[in-house]
Amino acid sequence: MSSIGTGYDLSVTTFSPDGRVFQIEYAAKAVDNSGTVVGIKCKDGIVIGVEKLIASKMMLPGSNRRIHSVHRHSGMGVAGLAADGRQIVARAKSEAHNYESTYGEPIPIKELADRVASYVHLCTLYWWLRPFGSGVILGGYDRDGPQLYMVEPSGVSYRYFGAAIGKGRQAAKTEIEKLKLSELTCRQGVIEVAKIIYGVHDEAKDKTFELEMSWVCDESNRLHQKVPEALLEEAKAAARAALEEMDAD
Amino acid sequence: MVSSQNESNLLSSEGDSQRTQYPYVTGTSVIGIKYKDGILMAADMGGSYGSTIRYKSVERLKQVGKHSLIGASGEISDFQEILRYLDELILHDNMWDDGNSLGPKEVHNYLTRVMYNRRNKFDPLWNSLVLGGVKNGQKYLGSVSMIGVHFEDDHVATGFGNHLARPILREEWREDLTFEEGVKLLEKCMRNLLYRDRSAVNKMQIAKITEEGLTISEPYSLKTFWNFAAFKNPTVGAEGSW
Repeated sequence: MSSIGTGYDLSVTTFSPDGRVFQIEYAAKAVDNSGTVVGIKCKDGIVIGVEKLIASKMMLPGSNRRIHSVHRHSGMGVAGLAADGRQIVARAKSEAHNYESTYGEPIPIKELADRVASYVHLCTLYWWLRPFGSGVILGGYDRDGPQLYMVEPSGVSYRYFGAAIGKGRQAAKTEIEKLKLSELTCRQGVIEVAKIIYGVHDEAKDKTFELEMSWVCDESNRLHQKVPEALLEEAKAAARAALEEMDAD
Repeated sequence: MVSSQNESNLLSSEGDSQRTQYPYVTGTSVIGIKYKDGILMAADMGGSYGSTIRYKSVERLKQVGKHSLIGASGEISDFQEILRYLDELILHDNMWDDGNSLGPKEVHNYLTRVMYNRRNKFDPLWNSLVLGGVKNGQKYLGSVSMIGVHFEDDHVATGFGNHLARPILREEWREDLTFEEGVKLLEKCMRNLLYRDRSAVNKMQIAKITEEGLTISEPYSLKTFWNFAAFKNPTVGAEGSW
């Protein structure tokens, strides 16, 4: 449902006659064209996975991280313009730090999502700023258990059981809906997310990709960190096997 | 001092409300030694309020990240502030999630910078710190004072420890002390401090840090010996006293 908003799309402070702000919609396109980011809430934590499209064979594997820790207990996976994403992460880190400094406890994930969303929204209100060209999937584990939020370039943020943004989000969402998330542990969830990302990756259109995954769960002591090497390899192997099975049909 | 001029910063060295002039609640000596497997540190749990021993369960030995241990003497509230700075430092280090972590040498350098820069603003953190740890098999032990003077050595101490414990350590410290020998040596130093330092309390902790990890002991007390003839009959030879 895309249309050119000739004349009404020059500034983020202009509405079109049918009530749309085109600059924000264009910003969302930047997210839609980036590598897929998937997040799921399992019964004991959150798993975030990113399909990191590799621009050049010269890049060192493991560099250009797309998932960042925001605080001990939370992290976010970024889609869209990488530099814009860095700013959102930096702001989130700052908010989390200030909250803990003031109130003495780690920032509740709901509060963090609220603040990040407010900040992203802020940048859609003034003509001298442009909207962020990136969306984030924010996952964390606080007193109320594991929670998953998604923040879009428009500044809206919702809480999810499972979320996906980027190129393969439609296919990814279908796959996520098939999972019984309330019965999955994060260990199992990691395998599932790997399978989803390998599944939605378009071999024909896109170059190779690197899978980056992180979790925050009981097993990681409620700390946000990269999925351990061994489990990551296991997940990749399972995902490749599942792909071959599909191709064999 | 003209009150209408408290906005003027031209002569900001006067009317400055942000300076530490003297400490309030203080901890006494900390001693640290290298031993065969790592570092041992000892400190008592007293917090003095001038000449009153006001608090007797102050933990003056704390972990810093994976590889380091800090012990502090001096103003306890400033120590708590230093712990907050270190907490932030370690948090940011951990958030990189890149397999690397700050070692004791790096933390010691960071503390030196913090202490020295505060001193240059005439607003010091009123502490003497001992920082020790092990990373990649390398043992490290150093100290920083409130004016930013820093040392690295096989054994360090703060405050009275410098005068009462270091001489013992110079005589009896060896490179290959076992854990038991190290503890005995530290206890000898702490006992000496307990007898002679008026702000020492008989409740202490010993912390050990090795490549494997860190342990801070439960608080315990030292046995003291008062069975000396001079104490039993203190007035002998003093004509006229009672």
